[in-house]
Amino acid sequence: MFEKIHLLGFGAGGWGAALLGAAAITLILSALGFALGAVFGGLAAAGRLSSARIPRVLAKAYGTIFRGVPDLLTIYLFYYGGSVALTSLARLFGAQGFVGLPTFATGVVTIGFISGAYQSEVYRGAYLAIDKGQFDAAKALALTRLQMLRLVIVPQLLRHAIPGLGNVWQLVLKDSALISVIGLVELMRQTQIGAGSTREPFLFYFAAAALYFVIAGVTDLFFSRAEANASRGLAHR
Amino acid sequence: MIDPGFFLEIIPKLLAGLPLTLQLCTLSVLFGFVLALALALAQQGDSPFVLWPIRTFVSVFRGTPLLVQIFLIYYGLGQFRPNLQAIGLWWMFREPYWCAIIALTLNTAAYGSEILRGAIRNVPRGLSEASLALGLTRLQTLRLVILPLALRQALPAYSNEIILIVKGTSLASIITLTEVTGIAQELIAQTYRAMEVFIAAGAIYLLLNFLIVRALELLEVKLTPYRQR
Repeated sequence: MFEKIHLLGFGAGGWGAALLGAAAITLILSALGFALGAVFGGLAAAGRLSSARIPRVLAKAYGTIFRGVPDLLTIYLFYYGGSVALTSLARLFGAQGFVGLPTFATGVVTIGFISGAYQSEVYRGAYLAIDKGQFDAAKALALTRLQMLRLVIVPQLLRHAIPGLGNVWQLVLKDSALISVIGLVELMRQTQIGAGSTREPFLFYFAAAALYFVIAGVTDLFFSRAEANASRGLAHR
Repeated sequence: MIDPGFFLEIIPKLLAGLPLTLQLCTLSVLFGFVLALALALAQQGDSPFVLWPIRTFVSVFRGTPLLVQIFLIYYGLGQFRPNLQAIGLWWMFREPYWCAIIALTLNTAAYGSEILRGAIRNVPRGLSEASLALGLTRLQTLRLVILPLALRQALPAYSNEIILIVKGTSLASIITLTEVTGIAQELIAQTYRAMEVFIAAGAIYLLLNFLIVRALELLEVKLTPYRQR
């Protein structure tokens, strides 16, 4: 099997460049999905912490549903549901036949939606971990609400949130492989294509596993550094 | 817009996949727990020849997508058919059912062993010293003192892990097993009513998760009578 290792190389008939390119798509897809998830998660956390009942219930339902339902099911909902909506919209303008959603954008939105449900829990926990005296102190300094958020609350919130966000990122990276089912050629899909056309599935899936492992490890270092940076000046426990 | 008739039509179809979902989940959780416990106990020693392979196994299975693991086992190992036939294991790796269970088992064993390792380490040292001083053997100490305390402490984290496995069983549909998510996908492709199918299938999973969480909460209460007031 490993005598076929040249199939992963960069020479003629080598899949190295295709796999690395697909790994870059995986990384971009995950990063954009994670960033969008920060928006959804932030809004949902604000809803959970709100004193009004409706945002609280909605945010709670969002978190419970999208953390409890298999991600694959959510992907089908967004892809097929979105495509049906787009098809009927296209009919209005006289188009015919089935209109599929662009897979990359669907992937980003779906990952954003799922990871937002997880991120909201992280932000909520981080907010609740901030010492109440910090709010009083900010008020005593006559900071406006916006200044208080920007200068006092958010920096401390991030410090508490980074370890949890690192876990969500690892989840997102692995979830991005599921986006292959809607046909986006990211790392998983490209690996399937390579495995199919060379008939060397073990070699290709092994290579994919190694690439995911390296991406996970390298990006984890980034989170560790961010954590060290956010907690500088704190005594180490 | 919501059509009750359609729900009545699809819910029995989706429920037909539930036995398979439950089988995949139960077998993987059981096998995975046994393996996780063995791995956690093996890591209590300090021999690098034991620790190093286990740490590698754990970080590889935690650091790669479950889907890649399933494909590596189902499609990847299928390449070694003659070798597997020679050692009499081909019947297992030929079946998507067993491949899904093997992948889920190894995956949950990797995560579970970390939970159990932490729980065992958190049992106060004085307790095992006390039981050794009472003349219990090492095995008795483990069985009567350390494990009951560690397993009880691990229960909440382990219940999260079981939920992840319930969700993970959905990936079996990609290697042709028609469990609940597989049926949901077929129904969506046939009817194009993604929202209704999502609600019905999602409700099945949420209910299943809820029942598992409740059952384990009850187990936790039963195991910690001294904490009840």
